[in-house]
Amino acid sequence: MKKLLTIMLAITLVPLLSFGQEDDQVMKARGGKFALTNAKIYTVTNGVIENGTIIINNGIIEAVGANITIPSDAEVFDYAGREIYPGMIDSGTQLGLKEIGSIQEAQDFREFGAITPHMQALTAVNPNSTAIPVTRVSGVTTALTMPGGGVLPGTAATINLFGYTPDQMFAGSKAMIMNFPSSARRGRRRRQSPEDAKKAMERALKTVNEAWDKAELYAKVQGSDEARYYPEMEALAKVVNGELPLYIEVNAAKDIINAIAWVEDRGYKNVVLTGVSEGWRVAKEIAEAGLPVITGPVQSVPTRQSDAYDAAYANPGAMQQAGVKVAIRSGDTENSRNLPYHAGFAAAYGMGREEALKAVTINAAEIMGVSDQIGSIEVGKKANIFVSTGDPFETSTKILDVYIDGYKIPMTSRQIRLYDEFLNRTPSLKKGDPVIQIKKK
Amino acid sequence: MKRNILIIGLLVLAATFAQAQVQRGDVLIKNGTVLTITNGTLENTDVLVRNGKITRIAKGIRTPNGVQEIDATGKFVMPGIIDAHSHIAGSAINEGTSQVTAEVSMEDVVNPLDLSIYRALAGGVTSIHLMHGSANVIGGQNETMKLRYGSSNPDDLRFEGAPRTIKFALGENPTRGGRARGIQPQSRMGVEAMLRNSFSDAIEYREKWAAYNANKSTRKVAPEYDLRMETLVDIMAGEVLVHCHSYRADEIYMLMKVFADFGIPRLTFQHANEAYKVAPELAEFGAMASVFADWWAYKLEVYYSTAYNAAILTKNGVTTSINSDSGELIRHLFHEAAKTQKYGDLTDNEALALVTLNPAKQLGIDDRVGSLEVRKDGDIAIFDKHPLSTYAIPLMTFVDGVKYFDRATDKKDQRIFINPESSIADVQIYDAESQHRCMEGANVLSFSDLFKKK
Repeated sequence: MKKLLTIMLAITLVPLLSFGQEDDQVMKARGGKFALTNAKIYTVTNGVIENGTIIINNGIIEAVGANITIPSDAEVFDYAGREIYPGMIDSGTQLGLKEIGSIQEAQDFREFGAITPHMQALTAVNPNSTAIPVTRVSGVTTALTMPGGGVLPGTAATINLFGYTPDQMFAGSKAMIMNFPSSARRGRRRRQSPEDAKKAMERALKTVNEAWDKAELYAKVQGSDEARYYPEMEALAKVVNGELPLYIEVNAAKDIINAIAWVEDRGYKNVVLTGVSEGWRVAKEIAEAGLPVITGPVQSVPTRQSDAYDAAYANPGAMQQAGVKVAIRSGDTENSRNLPYHAGFAAAYGMGREEALKAVTINAAEIMGVSDQIGSIEVGKKANIFVSTGDPFETSTKILDVYIDGYKIPMTSRQIRLYDEFLNRTPSLKKGDPVIQIKKK
Repeated sequence: MKRNILIIGLLVLAATFAQAQVQRGDVLIKNGTVLTITNGTLENTDVLVRNGKITRIAKGIRTPNGVQEIDATGKFVMPGIIDAHSHIAGSAINEGTSQVTAEVSMEDVVNPLDLSIYRALAGGVTSIHLMHGSANVIGGQNETMKLRYGSSNPDDLRFEGAPRTIKFALGENPTRGGRARGIQPQSRMGVEAMLRNSFSDAIEYREKWAAYNANKSTRKVAPEYDLRMETLVDIMAGEVLVHCHSYRADEIYMLMKVFADFGIPRLTFQHANEAYKVAPELAEFGAMASVFADWWAYKLEVYYSTAYNAAILTKNGVTTSINSDSGELIRHLFHEAAKTQKYGDLTDNEALALVTLNPAKQLGIDDRVGSLEVRKDGDIAIFDKHPLSTYAIPLMTFVDGVKYFDRATDKKDQRIFINPESSIADVQIYDAESQHRCMEGANVLSFSDLFKKK
């Protein structure tokens, strides 16, 4: 009996102690009917349930609340003392499109040419990218993955960070990306003379306007016998017709004002401003225009030498308090896992924890048009959730379990497996290893 | 007599210049939670700094006359953060004209007016290791600095008495340079050969001078003086500490073998993303590692990284620090250190040591800074919450007991004078990639570029 108890204890403890992968054991995601009980549930949209239960069935949240009857056929996970949150959404990454930074062959987010709106990010998403498990075990369950470069680099897609094909991962929304002609420098790029910068910007704006003028014309003649198939215009016409949202990457205050005027002039619906590093300077104008914002990285240096050192940390809070709907992005790929810390810094520098949590969950979902499916813990939504030891914005917090699309995700990644292998390496040191031997000389 | 006065006058003048204009302050930080690093956490404790040095750490210290008192009730007091790998305040980073440039020094390119210094202070940082770039195998000498912001004299920012250090580099960066110029090294084999050849040359040089000095005579001509060789000789004598840019486990292991052969005992690996794979060897050799909290995948040699690197190294007994290598990251090194609690469960003290005591050891300045102890320098940061919390905000930063940052008096607009005629605001959008300054100014042209017709 005692022996049996020991064995049973061992069976229950082993998976708890080692969250990585066991030797020769393949860890797979599991679907099914799950009951997550006794947890503190942050629904985001309906407050906090101190001691509640979530029923997941067929990938969907079937029930959530304090007094839920647990179905007899559900697998029960007791999360006493744990917290459950909706999966975090990183509304600006290149996950799946970029594997290694310095190697062009490992990057698929940029196509040749400045105007390539017909490029589809979703098609190039590598479901097996190493960065995907690294990201999702940190509680980020959904990401916007974006094409980049040029003026109109293509169409971005929201993806859930689990699945074996791009279509299995697709989270239900796409958006046309436009890099608004910028008066600002990016990074340490060489300074242009003000005249040259102005000329370059006017040229870029002309290119942009010509493309959209054509697209508007194309939208009018589309479908007629005279209209020839024109893939670039086909893509842009979707924005003109209001079928596809337009995300405008814009950062300098002056450019934000120009972009707002440009949007009003064109009359496009469903426009989102992204980046918006200097949003705090023109927060009132953004709020009045009624345009939502995806901003980040929050952990970044101010845009001007004369700015307060914390201008970038305080930017999301300043916009939110002016009445702008704000989502926070990491703007990163391999370190999209730091999204909760970008949110945490925004929280500390004026946004507050509750609003910062919304900025990486429900606000991101609403802005990207997928809030009927994700972004909060509500009945009928997709089971994209995570279980933690506490506040996910704190680095001392552990993410214990992640569910995506109702699948219980294996809590492993290459980085965790390397930890398991090398924490106590076998063999460690051997007699006769040169480093030891020579040192003794 | 007149001559004596002149000499005394000159000596006084020289002493004034040599001393530079370093300010040393007095301050009493009262009633804080003091994170000493070497002596645990002391609640409701005061720290007294006199003339730039910590003179007492105790409860209920009476404020001496004329000493400024700071109420730290409910706040956290920790040693100033030290960044063992930085490129802020450097007006140049690489001297890439040769694969060995031990003769140059970052000392000559310190820009004391770089605003990044102030922003680092606003992140609780008090000392940095301004490093040469990684374009060549044996790069230039580095400069250990104190962030005494506000002086226009670069010498005021020197960490007086800190050991000399030098940058080495292995792997992709120096071989990229070799390929671009059509010279050695173009492989990790070539890197090792270049190191061994350089030290062997230096031994020859040392012996030539030793022979000459042992048997000086007016009829003998002294050997040629070579600053590059002098530096290599000093490295072998242990007078210049080597900080080596490296990533892969094999190249880290290689350098330990080379150093063992040439009898060089002290060595710190910089970046060292794969150091975790040879942690037992590093511990045995006594080599140290200064790593990122979580940067990876920006090039092939960091693809097999793990954010658990610092924890694996620490738990294997390797003295480890976390550095920034970035004008952005340097502003929240306390947060970078805190990530080791997510990745590997380091204790509060172990995590804080990664950005205080351990980098001080790696720079050879741990007798002066890195912990809050009597007789150490008054380099102190005050936080509103525990510095390992994501929500912690640095409030004040002191160097030598002088306050260089105070959040309460920080201005929203830092301009002293606003030019009414300036119409163009210089707006620079943050780009993480451009924070990597390791290859800046290396002018890596391809070999064929040199012969291209324009």
